[in-house]
Amino acid sequence: MLSFILKRLLLTLPVFFIVVSGTFLLMRLAPGSPFGAERKLSPENEARLQQRFHIDGTLGQQFAAYWKSLGRGDLGDSLKYRNRTVSEIIGQTLPNSALLGLGALLLALGIGVVAGSYSAVHHNTARDRVTLLLALAGICLPSFVLAPLLILLLALLIPLLPAAGWGTPGHYILPMLCLGLPYGAYCTRLVRTSMLDVLNQDYIRTARAKGVSEPSVVFRHALRVACLPLISYAGPLAANILTGSMIVEAIFKIPGLGAFFVNAVINRDVFLVGGCVIVYFTLLVFLNLLGDILMALLDRRIRLW
Amino acid sequence: MTRGLSLLLAALLLGSCSYRPADVDFIFINGPEPQSIDPAILTGQPDGRIASSVFEGLTTHNSRGQLIPGMAESWKHDSNHLVYTFHLRDASWSNGEKVTATDFVGSWQRILEPATASPYAELLFFIKNAEEYQKGRLKDFSKVGVQALDARTLRVELKNPTPFFPDVAATTTYLPAHLPSVARYGESWTRPEYIVGNGPYLLKAWKFNDRIELERNERYWRKEQVRLRRIDALSVTQSNTALNLYLTGQADLIIDKSLVPPVLIDKLRTRTDFHAFTFLANYFYRFNVARPPFNNLKIRQAFSAAIDRQRIVNKITKAGELPATCFVPPGLPGYLASGGIDYNPSQARQWLAEGGYPSGQNFPHVELLYNKTDLNEQVAVEIQTLWREVLGVPVELKRQEWATYFKSLDDLDYDIARSSWVGDYPDPLTFLDCFVTGRGNNRTGWSNAAYDRILEQSSRETDPARRMAALHQAEDILVAQECPIAPIYFFAGILFYDGKRLGGIDGNLLDEHPLREIYWKDRN
Repeated sequence: MLSFILKRLLLTLPVFFIVVSGTFLLMRLAPGSPFGAERKLSPENEARLQQRFHIDGTLGQQFAAYWKSLGRGDLGDSLKYRNRTVSEIIGQTLPNSALLGLGALLLALGIGVVAGSYSAVHHNTARDRVTLLLALAGICLPSFVLAPLLILLLALLIPLLPAAGWGTPGHYILPMLCLGLPYGAYCTRLVRTSMLDVLNQDYIRTARAKGVSEPSVVFRHALRVACLPLISYAGPLAANILTGSMIVEAIFKIPGLGAFFVNAVINRDVFLVGGCVIVYFTLLVFLNLLGDILMALLDRRIRLW
Repeated sequence: MTRGLSLLLAALLLGSCSYRPADVDFIFINGPEPQSIDPAILTGQPDGRIASSVFEGLTTHNSRGQLIPGMAESWKHDSNHLVYTFHLRDASWSNGEKVTATDFVGSWQRILEPATASPYAELLFFIKNAEEYQKGRLKDFSKVGVQALDARTLRVELKNPTPFFPDVAATTTYLPAHLPSVARYGESWTRPEYIVGNGPYLLKAWKFNDRIELERNERYWRKEQVRLRRIDALSVTQSNTALNLYLTGQADLIIDKSLVPPVLIDKLRTRTDFHAFTFLANYFYRFNVARPPFNNLKIRQAFSAAIDRQRIVNKITKAGELPATCFVPPGLPGYLASGGIDYNPSQARQWLAEGGYPSGQNFPHVELLYNKTDLNEQVAVEIQTLWREVLGVPVELKRQEWATYFKSLDDLDYDIARSSWVGDYPDPLTFLDCFVTGRGNNRTGWSNAAYDRILEQSSRETDPARRMAALHQAEDILVAQECPIAPIYFFAGILFYDGKRLGGIDGNLLDEHPLREIYWKDRN
């Protein structure tokens, strides 16, 4: 297993190099200066700032300087937020995004398992159809529609929860719901299909014939197998949730990393963009790897090593 | 089950009271995350609001925008407004050290050091030889016109007569830095753990992209006038989020004009807590004078006269903005603004014909460039329609994102471009100086010898009335005779707060709202 993990990680190294280099080069080739503003900076001052942040000289020199500093484990400084390093910005904001993402992920998986099983057990009844309809609505409702609706309902009309902000458990509920619900809807459909499949298997019929109670059939015998597709989806799902949190973070004013992923590009804040890309790249690789390993451990039919 | 649910609801309701930190007296929405609060580096208004709470300059402004003493107890000037002598009061830094005249000399020197690359260094160029030093043409700082005569006396010699210099000295660029901290911690000296200030508030904590926590500075010289003890400044960029926070009591004041959702403005402006006022800022279009067709004056005039400014402020901005035909906003004492070119369709058509395109026939393809925001887009679409209706000229809209747009402006790679300008100090010069030949902010390719000469002469004029008359003459060249720009409207500053409960906040020309003056009317 260790050799499998090592092989996978080694394979991602060239991809890492290409992604990070491509990001850096594209950012430096994009028109416009990181110091552009309504009040024009004098050319001398602009040159001094470029020198200070090592984005002067030819593109090749800048590129080499960037990889050299990355080699030292230094992600560079933000060009916009002065006297803050990229590592510091990521260190302060990533935990907030991670907490939001983890909450949303658990919520999505929880909804998926419960609603999916419920729907499958009540296959072809009104309950099944209502669940499916809700799931469809959940998939179709983007978070930037869902969030204002929930804020209107639960913060403005019925003042139960804060409209925005971060820090106490009350603050977490709405953003996690908004981020998790659409994925939960997707998981519901996934679990339902897989559960229906499993419930028609011979061994379930055997279990029922032996007189095992229905809840026990569903939850002890069927669910374990029915969850497999969900687990293989969990890796990409986690990555999706983490990288897709920027809208929810903006609406709820969550000091997460998502905002910088977009704004740093607009600001031409090249090292911050690079840092974000490195973080998200690493998360994607690890979460996908984790998903694969988990899958292989649970499903003996899959052999990865 | 029902009991569990009601317990949960009760817990949430109880919890909802604590979404506002208990020890905080006042929370305001400051706009985007400040990039720096170092007076040598900061540029943005949100940055300046924090910096001018943590530091205090020689002079400062009150909530109505009037000049009041700061670190300087008093000041006097010679008859020509060329030499100012500031007498500092007995005041301390937050670590107990005395604020001295040397602190100001050193702070300004730091900004003028070429290596600092301070973006606002040119605001110090009023001082004699400051520009030469910043540009590296002068190496000896003792020749720059700022000198500490003793610990509490600062002598400032200016390049030209500058009757408004005390107002300039109140800008954030002139704030003092605590030099021993700068020497010790470098650019990190403004971090909460290191910072030493002399202003009404101390930086207690800075939660990145979330909030800045301010606490009253007990060593501030007029601390008994500072009523709020703990203030939180929230970083918010989404206007809907700002409004939600305000409406649910998680913020007491929205201070940034960009934080009002444009689609809700009709509804919001009827509220009693909506406060709009004109300040020193102009929204205008630039013409690229360096290439056809806008190298032709008649065509620039025609395009300017075809803009129905009243329609823009009535139909699009709607927050009480004033239509602008001149560049300098109204309200500057002693200054009469130029009339400029107003909406006049028949005159516009005539100018276009004189420019060689009767009824807009065969007019070359031109583009209107703007950086993408909802507001810019709506204004552009409206003006595009006006140009088509009035002049018969189709203009293509060209959107670019922020950095690319500035690149196009700098490279003069546009035909017409949206722009705005916010004044730094209450004098017409802060606007008119932009269009002097070769200035970085000119960005039109326009150069006019008479304009340059009048501004140059006015800078040496010692009689205030004659100086204002000269500035008026220059503005006339800019907006009526030569038209490298078409002014559209003067921005309205917008504040959201409950005027029955909060005092010490007023709309003013500078859009400055010092935190030290804000107080709750119903609390002590």
